[in-house]
Amino acid sequence: MFPAWMLETMDAILLQVLNGLDKGGAYALIALGLTLIFGTLGVVNFAHGALFMLGAFCAVTLKEILSWEMVTIDPTQKTAWGTPLEVRTPYIEAWLGDAGSFILDYSVPFSILFAIPIMLVIGIVMERGLIKHFYKRPHVEQILVTFGLAIVLQEIVKSVFGANPIPQPAPDMLSGSADIGAFFGLPANTVVYPYWRMVYLAFSGVVIAGVFAFLQFTTFGMVVRAGMADRETVGLLGIDIDRRFTIVFGLAAVVAGLAGVMYTPILSPDYHMGMDFLVLSFVVVVVGGMGSLGGAVAAGFLLGILQSFASMNEVKSIFPGIDQIIIYLIAVVILLVRPRGLMGRKGVMEG
Amino acid sequence: MVKAFKRHSDTILMLVFIAAVLAGPVILEPVGAGYPDLLQKFAIYGIFALGFNILLGLTGYLSFGHAAFLGVGSYTTVWTFKLLSMNPLPALVFSILAAGLFSLLIGWISLRRTGIYFSILTLAFAQMCYNLAYSVLTPITNGETGLQLSQSDPRVLDTAFGRDYGAVLPASDLFGIEMTGYPGFYFCGVLLIICFYIALRIFRSPFGLMLLGVKSNQNRMNYTGLNTRPYALAAFVISGMYAGLAGGLLAVTDPLAGAERMQWTASGEVVLMTILGGAGTLLGPVIGAGVIKYAENIFSAFNEGTLQSAFSFLPEPLQHIAVSITGLFVGEGWHLTLGMLFMVIVIFLPGGLMEGVNRIINLFRRSSGGGGEGTAETAPQPAE
Amino acid sequence: MIKRNISRRGLMKGAAVAGVGLAAPQFFIRGAYAYTNEPKGGSVILGFNVPQTGAYADEGADELRAYQLAVEHLNGEGDGGMLNTFSSKALKGSGVLGKKVEFVTGDTQTKSDAARASAKRMIEKDGAVMITGGSSSGVAIAVQGLCQEAGVIFMAGLTHSNDTTGKDKRANGFRHFFNTEMSGAALGPVLKNAYGTDRKAYHLTADYTWGWSQEGSIKKYTEQLGWETTAAVRTPLGAGDFSQYITPVLNSGADVLVLNHYGKDMVNSLTQAVQFGLRDKQVNGKDFAIIVPLYSRLMAQGAGENVKGILGSTNWHWSLQDEGSVAFVKSFGQKYGFPPSQAAHTCYCQALLYADAAERAGTFMPSEVGKALEGFTFDGLGNGPTEYRASDHQCFKDVLVVRGKENPTSNYDLLEVVEVTPRAQVEYPAEMLGGELGPYNNGA
Repeated sequence: MFPAWMLETMDAILLQVLNGLDKGGAYALIALGLTLIFGTLGVVNFAHGALFMLGAFCAVTLKEILSWEMVTIDPTQKTAWGTPLEVRTPYIEAWLGDAGSFILDYSVPFSILFAIPIMLVIGIVMERGLIKHFYKRPHVEQILVTFGLAIVLQEIVKSVFGANPIPQPAPDMLSGSADIGAFFGLPANTVVYPYWRMVYLAFSGVVIAGVFAFLQFTTFGMVVRAGMADRETVGLLGIDIDRRFTIVFGLAAVVAGLAGVMYTPILSPDYHMGMDFLVLSFVVVVVGGMGSLGGAVAAGFLLGILQSFASMNEVKSIFPGIDQIIIYLIAVVILLVRPRGLMGRKGVMEG
Repeated sequence: MVKAFKRHSDTILMLVFIAAVLAGPVILEPVGAGYPDLLQKFAIYGIFALGFNILLGLTGYLSFGHAAFLGVGSYTTVWTFKLLSMNPLPALVFSILAAGLFSLLIGWISLRRTGIYFSILTLAFAQMCYNLAYSVLTPITNGETGLQLSQSDPRVLDTAFGRDYGAVLPASDLFGIEMTGYPGFYFCGVLLIICFYIALRIFRSPFGLMLLGVKSNQNRMNYTGLNTRPYALAAFVISGMYAGLAGGLLAVTDPLAGAERMQWTASGEVVLMTILGGAGTLLGPVIGAGVIKYAENIFSAFNEGTLQSAFSFLPEPLQHIAVSITGLFVGEGWHLTLGMLFMVIVIFLPGGLMEGVNRIINLFRRSSGGGGEGTAETAPQPAE
Repeated sequence: MIKRNISRRGLMKGAAVAGVGLAAPQFFIRGAYAYTNEPKGGSVILGFNVPQTGAYADEGADELRAYQLAVEHLNGEGDGGMLNTFSSKALKGSGVLGKKVEFVTGDTQTKSDAARASAKRMIEKDGAVMITGGSSSGVAIAVQGLCQEAGVIFMAGLTHSNDTTGKDKRANGFRHFFNTEMSGAALGPVLKNAYGTDRKAYHLTADYTWGWSQEGSIKKYTEQLGWETTAAVRTPLGAGDFSQYITPVLNSGADVLVLNHYGKDMVNSLTQAVQFGLRDKQVNGKDFAIIVPLYSRLMAQGAGENVKGILGSTNWHWSLQDEGSVAFVKSFGQKYGFPPSQAAHTCYCQALLYADAAERAGTFMPSEVGKALEGFTFDGLGNGPTEYRASDHQCFKDVLVVRGKENPTSNYDLLEVVEVTPRAQVEYPAEMLGGELGPYNNGA
């Protein structure tokens, strides 16, 4: 039907679009919590990357707990350095047999349940203990105190888990890749994509939709949106807006944490991953427009797809190094063309 | 009368500053910082933070991209060394000019936006510079390894004046005085004093007042029919030139220019220095720079052995506990100390260390009967 | 306005202060030295400059453990480790030249600036007579340059780029670790046996000096075999998600993927390539293969199961059964409870080699120590017979080709040695990589 070269380019383009969507989903999810905090609380939270990292380490912790091992010493065998060899079997396998192995295999998805309460508590404690006192302080001070907090959090994680990345495999069933091309009637094995990345894309869609629905269709969400528009008036109406804002912060922490949990099979988590994503998530939020949830999502997908295309060999051969700077280049262009990002409101964070 | 008092106090400030810088090696010896390399770093990062403060402290614009100018300054200096001469003066002049031009370009674009949008624009430019310097621009920057001198460099001017460095790698020298060790520190120190003096003049000048106006309410300034952008741009370029000088000096005292000098963390570092010491104050940024560089070089050097000997006066079990607790904060854990320091300072002393100093002075004054609202002058105004 | 402010008296005061200030440093300049930091008391100070923060912090921590072990052994504490198997018997476990070995440590942060600053502190403030360590080539080259200027010996730690003892070599610098050229030479024949001569390779390369050096060497040796290089794509350092670079591989027609990445980049790109099904793929009727030219056991732990069956090279591995390796693994394992990494091994060897050279030279003077190391042949340090080549200060020894184990028995048992490529096969003429050692610098 089509000449072979056209099919090949189409495959390549289809793959890059898919990859861009997948990246975009991740970016949007990571930026979502950040822009939620901006929009509602007006706080520049540099510890957002740390929340993402803490989420990832929730998954690590759960896996460590699940794989607590029964240590039996085998005196007949010795290690290379001459101590008796320790034989280790995870308790959960010893007790639950196959069900235990299943739980161990699915530890990443199970971590979602584990991470929600933990991240909620972390978020609420952070807001009540620290952020609350910074609502009225200048942004520079908010940046500095949350940056300090981010360093402290990551150093604590480092002293517990070490600096090396810790692998978190996806469940066996989802660790391969799917032949998407065949689904669309293309020849077999031309367009394949890992299951887990598609799970992540679907997951980010669900979470983003959930957050939007929550803000749009619940009374709580309505009050929060009203508070975003005019905090004082809402307070004057006798609504305890502070308490709601605390919960919003907790929610943002949960979103960041879940983004982290689900990302662990793609990127083996280490203590520094929060800082690595910090700049990126800020760029996404600013390109989208400060405080605009829709903007953050749109910017996430835009940056994801453009980054994906900029990394193609054909593009790189015309503009060497373009893939290194594409994110920043887009940020500059968008901000110069649209002063407040894609969907930013006037007067927000422009002081 | 107030003016006369101010002028007088400025003279005192200047003299104290000069004395402190020149006597640096003696003053800092007891705390283990009295060695040339760290002293040089104090002076150089002091210049960097001083310049940054002219932008942040006066106009309230928070730039996250000043590391790019530091990097440009370093690369320019090393290239001048390689091509022209090992004398630091032409190298530094070129560095300041290059950084100035570069900051003019970036500032001209970035200052079209304000607030966090401005910060992100500067961050984006600096990150682009860093990423390109690390990879594609390797022929100019020598990438990861960093730009270094080599024996075969042309050094046109040196050759013209008949200077031959023989088979060894040349070191930068100011008419025969090598720019390493203590002479290197004094060279940086004198430049720090000059920079401090210029900053002082800017702070006290009508131009400085105009910038403060930009900071407290840009709209009002605009309504009075004044275009504030040229003023902010001037401040941006001046601080860029300070950064260029600092970058140049880094390469003068240690002729190597690496790309990581331009990374966003390096930009973040100067923000931290300025705010830690006290944005908008004159002395604050220099002190902030000193504290951070001290932490980086001294805290990180502790290891288990040194801790054990430090706590050797304790009985054995207590010694173990003390070593393992302090071990979290020094050596490989020095970042933790730094993070906690920021939090404590920002939470309790939003005006930085200088606010702490002022509070102590006020306490002292009050107890001796004087009234005081001295913090009002130095406390930074909110950036909105 | 200001002119009025500076009174004549003020000026004179300033001048007087300046005078005091200028005179002050004279107090700190110590007595005459024959060379930089000549040890005068009963002890000699070595400087261990390793990454304690940043991506290589765990590797740095392992290096530091090895150094501490080496210092113990040099001072006659512990079981002596490889001192007992080392072919040179100059060291007696009583320090070096009768002086007790002490050490200071610093954090390189894997940044050239920070590494040079901490090395300078150790030289200027702590009086270190030798600097050693490092976990990346950029840092090693930067610190090597500094040590040359300062007049102390630099014993490089983990640095794999050709440039360290090639283009950027210095007389005061010595490297025990191998380099990308040797990796390529060692891998070539193994790849031929494993995958044949008709292959199409796709390179993903970390976009900086080491990555290019690695890509060049592998290309050179695989193309000699008759392999074709489909594409060589540069990826930004620390990209995290490499999926946008992996998708084009799928339909490129290539049947081998070479990952010229190290550290976190290697962990991520390998994990993701395996997720994209590349390890189980069939292309051109052949099994798709992934190659990681430089392996590190610590990093293999980060990639977990994904390393299974994947070929690469390494400087040393704890499962080696020669006398030296066994002794080293025993004393390291007993002290810390787990086996040493290749970074720990190379650092331990460097510390021993320096001490031995100083002992044989009878002085710590860099030029004399250097001469004692030049052309020095030794054995018993875990790599078989080894030579420090005089012309570029690079150690030449056997190179290990390893493969990710299919059935690991523990967290540490991830790699199996496939082949020990003999030294003769990885040797190259020193001129090939360019650069110039220059003369020794003793400082003073």
